[in-house]
Amino acid sequence: MDNLIFAAEVFVNGLMAGVLYSLVAIGFVLIYKASGIFNYAQGVMALFSALTLVGLMNGQVPFGHLINAIFGTQVHHFGWHLPAIVAIVLTMGVMVALAWIVQRVIFRHLINQEPIILFMATIGLAYFMEGLGDMMWGADIKKLDIGLPQGINTGIDSFTADLFGYGFFIDNLDIVATFIAAGLVVVLVAFSHYTKQGRAMRAVADDHQAALSVGVSLNFIWILVWSVAGFVALVAGIMWGTKSGVQFSLSLIALKALPVLMLGGFTSIPGAIVGGLIIGIGEKLFEFSVGPIIGGATENWFAYVLALIFLVFRPQGLFGERIIERV
Amino acid sequence: MFYREAGDIKTSYVDDGQTFPIRLDRQLYFSALIVAWGVIPFLVDDYWANAVLLPFLIYAIAAIGLNILVGYCGQVSLGTGGFMAVGAYAVYKLMTAMPEVNILIHVFLAGGITALVGVLFGLPSLRIKGFYLAVATLAAQFFLVWLFNRVPWFYNYSASGQITAPERTIFGVVVTGANSETWATYLVCLFFVTLAALIARNLTRGAIGRQWMAIRDMDIAAEIIGVNPLSAKLGAFAVSSFFIGVSGALFFAVYLGAVEVGEVFGINKSFLVLFMIIIGGLGSILGSFAGAAFLVLLPVLLKNVLVGGLNWPTDLAAHLEFMIVGALIVIFLVAEPHGIAQLWRLAKEKLRLWPFPH
Repeated sequence: MDNLIFAAEVFVNGLMAGVLYSLVAIGFVLIYKASGIFNYAQGVMALFSALTLVGLMNGQVPFGHLINAIFGTQVHHFGWHLPAIVAIVLTMGVMVALAWIVQRVIFRHLINQEPIILFMATIGLAYFMEGLGDMMWGADIKKLDIGLPQGINTGIDSFTADLFGYGFFIDNLDIVATFIAAGLVVVLVAFSHYTKQGRAMRAVADDHQAALSVGVSLNFIWILVWSVAGFVALVAGIMWGTKSGVQFSLSLIALKALPVLMLGGFTSIPGAIVGGLIIGIGEKLFEFSVGPIIGGATENWFAYVLALIFLVFRPQGLFGERIIERV
Repeated sequence: MFYREAGDIKTSYVDDGQTFPIRLDRQLYFSALIVAWGVIPFLVDDYWANAVLLPFLIYAIAAIGLNILVGYCGQVSLGTGGFMAVGAYAVYKLMTAMPEVNILIHVFLAGGITALVGVLFGLPSLRIKGFYLAVATLAAQFFLVWLFNRVPWFYNYSASGQITAPERTIFGVVVTGANSETWATYLVCLFFVTLAALIARNLTRGAIGRQWMAIRDMDIAAEIIGVNPLSAKLGAFAVSSFFIGVSGALFFAVYLGAVEVGEVFGINKSFLVLFMIIIGGLGSILGSFAGAAFLVLLPVLLKNVLVGGLNWPTDLAAHLEFMIVGALIVIFLVAEPHGIAQLWRLAKEKLRLWPFPH
């Protein structure tokens, strides 16, 4: 009985972790659907946006270390502290500028290349942005606090304590993240169904040439998509950054999102959510039940092996479009 | 004028089928071999061997291996680090279990074991392709590193969880461990590089290589004209993993001597080798060497210029290195998808007509 209650707690926590994985995975799906680019840099974009947000909030001088190293000066801070909401808007501006640059400098020249070449280009982009982020804002671990509630949720704790005689530990932040993720999905769905740009985005995802022929500007749509992905990355960056500090390991959440995508299918937003939940729950339960027997830390690979086994039987994932190949 | 096939007349089938049909290529190849085998061992010192030559040679083997899989057979793999770890741990277990057997044989066996593991993780390639496969190979990367970290049998229950190479000799000369002779470690690596390049070059220009390239260009079409995708893809995985395993074994036993698996064979190693073949040239043996040389030399150069010359802090130099490597990948993919090897090919085309291009 005790074990069952523990398992239930692990289950709920896995659900929450899964929501965060889905958040990253949605960013991948958006770009992939609209441009056929599998964006490995999504995780680094989350890191970069979180770094920028913290840097702006604390009034840090961008490239401060570099300037100091070259000119021998001692500039670190502008000496102001921005309110969170202003900093978020400014960071969004940076992400839009980044989307424009990425489209302009890289992917405009890679149109009609094989998907795998595009994938490798995004790995290069990820490396570049990782270096750039550290160069601009420094590589130390930073605290991100924009006023989201954190710590154990006492309501659930006492409620479950009354019910089972054992209080569940559930972080407030995870609950907030769940609601934000749900809100984000609603906003994205509404955007892509009820606005002109959203419709154009779906048209491009459906068929580039047909969209082009009815007057949709591919260039604009791609910049838009990268901006939206930047926005999703910002939300994910805020969530993960608040949870575990803004640091290099944030970029590794992309690696967590990959098996989610394989499971759910690269082309489906519901797939990303369901896949995220399955992986979140699966890896937590596996670690809880089998982990202690075989040495622990199974979270590193469980998701991948699960996705791998799954793919052998269903190569397009749960909700992916059927893969049809012709010679 | 310097580089031409005119006048280079072949009078027998043996001549016609040789590895380098053009005379200048052959001369370059043999002079490179003579310098590498006959001159450098006498000049090499500790700094050059450890900072440049050994990593270059060992990465060159890994890059050749990965190039066979990615560049020739078109199956993108991000599991290189994991497979190198298999080679390292296999050679460690063999060295400690059978001390009396020659280390060279152990390295070959380690390659063979890695080939088996590679085939196992290559099985999904029969069902999935493209970046689905790339992501699937990440499973190998994470699972293998976890396995070597968590199962004590692999590191002989040592307290630190590290593996340390015991001292082994070849013909009485110490090549592994702390007292190894620099020139001898260099020669061991060179031996395997020469062998790997020779095997790879001859595999890729023969029937097997053509099957791989057919699979790469379009696997369904290749299947229709009679290439067996099972044997071609798994064959590529096996050969590629063999080389990568050998390089991992050398990386541990000869170069580093002691290894902590998560640090040395992590995902960054996979990306590093992948970057080598992108920059060097996909589908080119020469490119594997060029890419390995480039990415081994770049950090050394940056460190000497920025930290040594301009007195920058090391972390800034490291960040700049990330930016430069990332930017180079993108630049090469945009401007010259076939890498440094293609630049060399273009130079040769120019040389054929020089100095009278019209």
